[in-house]
Amino acid sequence: MAAAPLLVVEDLKTHFFTRRGVTKAVDGVSFTLHAGETLALVGESGSGKSVTCLSLVRLVPEPAGRIVGGRVLLEGEDLLTKSPGEMRRVRGKKIAMVLQDPMTSLNPALTIGTQVSEVVRLHQGLRGGALRERVLSALRRLRISAADTRLGQYPHQFSGGMRQRVSSAIGLSCEPRLLIADEPTTSLDVTIQAQYLELLKEVQAAAGVAIILVTHDFGIVAAIADRVAVMYAGRIVEMGTTLEVFNNPSHPYTRALLRCLPDVGLGRQQLVEIGGQPPDLSRLPAGCPFAPRCPERQSICEEQSPPTVSVGDGHLAECWATKAVGSQQ
Amino acid sequence: MPAPSRELPWFPGAILAALVLTAVFAPYLAPQSPTEGDITQKLIPPVWMERGEGRHPLGTDRFGRDVLSRVIYGSRISLVVSLLAIGLSGTFGTALGLISGYRGGFTDSLLMRFTDIGLSLPTILIAVVLVAVSEPSFRNVVLVISLLLWPRFARQIRGETLGIKEQDFVALAVVAGRSSTWIISRHIFPNVVPTLLVISTLQVGYVILLEGTLSFLGVGVPPPNPAWGLMIADGRGFLATAWWITLFPGVAMLLTVLAVNLMGDWLRDHLDPKLRQLGSRAETEPAAIEPVPEARPRGAAAGADGG
Amino acid sequence: MWRYLIGRALQTLLSMLVVISIVFFLTRLSGNPVHLLLDVNASERDQQILMHHLGLDKPLPVQYGIYVMNIFVGDFGNSVLTRRPVTEHIWERLPATVELGFVAMFLSVLIGVPLGMYSAVHRGSMLDSAARVFAVLGQSMPAFWLGLMLILIFAVVLGLFPAGGRGGVENIVLPAFTLGYFTSAAILRLTRSAMLEVLGSDYIKFARLKGLHEQIVLWKHGLKNALLPVVTFAVMLFVQFLGGAVVTETVFAWPGLGRLILESITTRDYPIVQAGVLVLSALYLVGNLFVDVLYSYLNPRIRHARA
Ligand SMILES: Nc1ncnc2c1ncn2[C@@H]1O[C@H](COP(=O)(O)OP(=O)(O)OP(=O)(O)O)[C@@H](O)[C@H]1O
Ligand SMILES: [Mg+2]
Repeated sequence: MAAAPLLVVEDLKTHFFTRRGVTKAVDGVSFTLHAGETLALVGESGSGKSVTCLSLVRLVPEPAGRIVGGRVLLEGEDLLTKSPGEMRRVRGKKIAMVLQDPMTSLNPALTIGTQVSEVVRLHQGLRGGALRERVLSALRRLRISAADTRLGQYPHQFSGGMRQRVSSAIGLSCEPRLLIADEPTTSLDVTIQAQYLELLKEVQAAAGVAIILVTHDFGIVAAIADRVAVMYAGRIVEMGTTLEVFNNPSHPYTRALLRCLPDVGLGRQQLVEIGGQPPDLSRLPAGCPFAPRCPERQSICEEQSPPTVSVGDGHLAECWATKAVGSQQ
Repeated sequence: MPAPSRELPWFPGAILAALVLTAVFAPYLAPQSPTEGDITQKLIPPVWMERGEGRHPLGTDRFGRDVLSRVIYGSRISLVVSLLAIGLSGTFGTALGLISGYRGGFTDSLLMRFTDIGLSLPTILIAVVLVAVSEPSFRNVVLVISLLLWPRFARQIRGETLGIKEQDFVALAVVAGRSSTWIISRHIFPNVVPTLLVISTLQVGYVILLEGTLSFLGVGVPPPNPAWGLMIADGRGFLATAWWITLFPGVAMLLTVLAVNLMGDWLRDHLDPKLRQLGSRAETEPAAIEPVPEARPRGAAAGADGG
Repeated sequence: MWRYLIGRALQTLLSMLVVISIVFFLTRLSGNPVHLLLDVNASERDQQILMHHLGLDKPLPVQYGIYVMNIFVGDFGNSVLTRRPVTEHIWERLPATVELGFVAMFLSVLIGVPLGMYSAVHRGSMLDSAARVFAVLGQSMPAFWLGLMLILIFAVVLGLFPAGGRGGVENIVLPAFTLGYFTSAAILRLTRSAMLEVLGSDYIKFARLKGLHEQIVLWKHGLKNALLPVVTFAVMLFVQFLGGAVVTETVFAWPGLGRLILESITTRDYPIVQAGVLVLSALYLVGNLFVDVLYSYLNPRIRHARA
């Protein structure tokens, strides 16, 4: 692609320093994202998806968690070197985030109106009637009916699906360049899920916002993602366009994940357990972290970290067993 | 309380051990008689002060009684009152809670109404009137405190019982045709013991303060008993001239209650994580942080923030 | 919600009846006030006349019935000693008790809430540890002893405040602090744990994700939620100050209702004791009911709940 990428993440490392040792929750993640593009982040529980997302906005739980290395370039500016004040002007304005549980992510003591308008007032500097108009249009864009009467209501008066739309309306109210959605539909009913994702796609098409979508659901990936990144033990082990990864999974872990699905693209199959235990992130083995569970394990896998292999146009895998196609990156 | 550790906390542990030893061996530890004094030796200051005497390390009161000896013997009163009161109210409250929780239905509603009423009474006020009118005596103090304490046990044990009742081993026992009494005593009671232990410990401090308050107000253990509260009341008139009469029994009481509370918090965190919402309810003046109806978040009340 | 509140109101009424009964029967069952009022040599006939005059010659259940009826019309009878209506005595003393309770509550909130907030936000800091020591001490300290120590230090030694009595602002400092220390400790712990819970919540994370300033996140999004239990708790404390003011009023010779009750116990002026206890208990019970209503109202989730 010709245009400069919106987001470039290079070798991002986020570790947790606990009494039991150092947990390498994110350990060298790199990817790029273009405006208007949707990247799905998949992987087992504990593989570091949420921590990656929080690292992008520098809200890793302190004091245990720290970003210990890498760069996060948003429109060419490194977010990791910004001051706290500058960072606050990025959050909510350029990067918005929606959390998993819509029941708990809105403040129960404040009205919806307050919660939407505070962010618009802060980032857009709007007041009075203009503010109100903007708040209403933000809500309407997410198809929240009777928006003006709803302004005075409290979160508990909304259903789960409605709340997730309100959160998204808050996120999108200031025209961010990037929306990070961390499992936004996991706690919603199937039909509500589908509605919500449709809406998201629609809004994305209209606003040109890029989306990082964390999910466990390959159905969702197939439905809305342009590209997929598969995470394992704090690293992206395979990344490529959705079509490429589904048709030509090039990491044994991805293949294991996909094999667990009876019929990809149909239904919302959760990732079924694959054999073996997820690794202990504070005591990673030398070599490939997936080696102990890998059916295609070779002796080298347990000794040295695997190389990044290019298996197609922009399709990368981190594995000793995978044969490179074309030139290596 | 720093991060909860596995080992017994040394500070409250040491104080409690010292307290129990003091109470048990009071006759050997106390240099003088706790109740008889030499009136010619009255109001002698502690030994490190001018006019102090080695025979009375912490000085004497207005009757010439040795303050140290009285403080030492006083530990017996605090300890015995709290053991008896908690034993009595704990037995009664636990029995009631077990029956109420196991039976359910009408029995449960009725018993819990009583419990709620008991919990809603202004403790100190009622205690003062009860003891005052029934003549202050050791026995009446124990009885009145027990009377005010049992609902706390009943409420908590009932809640616990409700949970245990649902478990498989109880269902199996019912199917096997065991009687209710057998099931309650063999299956349910052993499972509430940790909770019981935690509540009991958390109440000890409360009882000691309540007993002290009653004695201080002159409606508790009668003189010449060396109850700490009584000694403090005694010293009141001599604050300006003989502060030691007031200071030392108060310090003894503070350390004791502090140790028991810290121990209770620790026990709660380690024996029974379910109980984290209970705080050390050691209250004197504001009659009690009375348990609150379900509608209110108890979590925070008196802060069991564990770490 | 209405069902719940009506249930609570009924329960309050029941509790009040229990208090009335306790007070009535106890004061009647203990010594005969006639012996106290009359000369030892008074004739049998004189005693009879006085008993009749006081209504003490009727059967106990009848006395009880009359008693309850009178209470509901606000007639507590006359003081045995002064012959003045009991209500007059009560009204004379009540303002002092309310005043003390109010100032103490204000003080405890003023100390407890900011310290608790700070403790939670700067968890693990030196000041957090200090605040927690302050809290643990506060919950273990006998209030009457604390009062005396304050008098010793600030009145006797430093001469900064008067040792007792009611009058200007300087008079209320020590008693209010004594009454408020325990509760400020409780409020501190409550605020701290409520705030910690809030700070770990998703909506705080979400507020930060919006790019809000940290101060706004804490004070607007955090405190508002943490404050809900704290506000209700503070009101509850005030209510409990009323129920338990006996001790502080005694220590500081504060001319409130609690002290009146205690004085009347010593003079066996039962009508005053009864009325005093009933008034304080009623305030206490109604106050607690009010707290529940307040809580339901402040919590939007309960306020909007149907059923
Ligand atoms: N606050 C924390 N303190 C210590 N370790 C943490 C903390 N948060 C996350 N971790 C560690 O980071 C690792 C990655 O966690 P993360 O939440 O990113 O997983 P995830 O991929 O989002 O999983 P899920 O699918 O369950 O949401 C976990 O193994 C966990 O041990
Ligand atoms: Mg996650």
